[in-house]
Amino acid sequence: MPVAELCDAVGSTAAVTSRRLARLRADRIILGKEAIIDWSKLGYNVEVSLRVGLDKTQSRAFDDFIAAAREVPEVIEIQTFLGRVDVRLSVIAKDMTQYQQIYRARILTLPHIADIEALMQVARIKSDEVLPV
Amino acid sequence: MSGFDATDHALLRHLAGDADQSAAALAQLMGMSQPAVWRRLRRLEQSGVLKGQRLVLDREKLGFGVTVFLGIKLSGKGGMLLEDFERAVTAIPEVQTVEHVLGMYDYRLRVVARDIADFERILRRRIMALPGAGDVEANVLLSEERRPGPL
Repeated sequence: MPVAELCDAVGSTAAVTSRRLARLRADRIILGKEAIIDWSKLGYNVEVSLRVGLDKTQSRAFDDFIAAAREVPEVIEIQTFLGRVDVRLSVIAKDMTQYQQIYRARILTLPHIADIEALMQVARIKSDEVLPV
Repeated sequence: MSGFDATDHALLRHLAGDADQSAAALAQLMGMSQPAVWRRLRRLEQSGVLKGQRLVLDREKLGFGVTVFLGIKLSGKGGMLLEDFERAVTAIPEVQTVEHVLGMYDYRLRVVARDIADFERILRRRIMALPGAGDVEANVLLSEERRPGPL
């Protein structure tokens, strides 16, 4: 959103709004800005969420797994959890055939996997990621 | 479909990490002229590949210390039920993302809360009250990283 629109939205002047934005950045509340890429427009029509349980008897299970997962270009997100799932990977592919290849050659070969389960994304219903401040 | 070459991919890779860079800075980085970068950016925007920008916020400093992912299985099936559920779930402010998925669960939600007590309130009052919500699994997010992807 450009600063001018932001001013209208919060009912403030450009100078005040810019100063506040600068302060939010200086205080490291705003950490930066990322571009949002629509992968489907680049031909990546498949997105799968892989929920991975790791072999926790291996003390380096998390580190080894995550380091290896970073090497797979089709992995666009890596999250770790407290709960039934240890790590979740978002994997994109152009189609199911390519997904199958990535899954077999790059995912199943990652270290220390105890179990793995897939959720295939059908639709994104909401994705604003706005904090309810 | 694609029609985007390696230079476009490189531009996207730079922007994915830091969308604040000006066309001039990108031009220097890529060893290209500024108008050439500008033209490519416009094309990426117009085609919808560059969908927008997202501020990266320090959630904890804003008082949202807990992010939980929920897997939800609906207790029944039917067109009406899906629509009712989707309408109700998207209206909850603490629910940041809703994905319809195939697999063990029907929906995957990203929920932010101030702390675990706040999460419990959201879970009990909001999530459990959703029409058709059956089995719910919660996983608390510990860390998260976005990768540049196949660019």
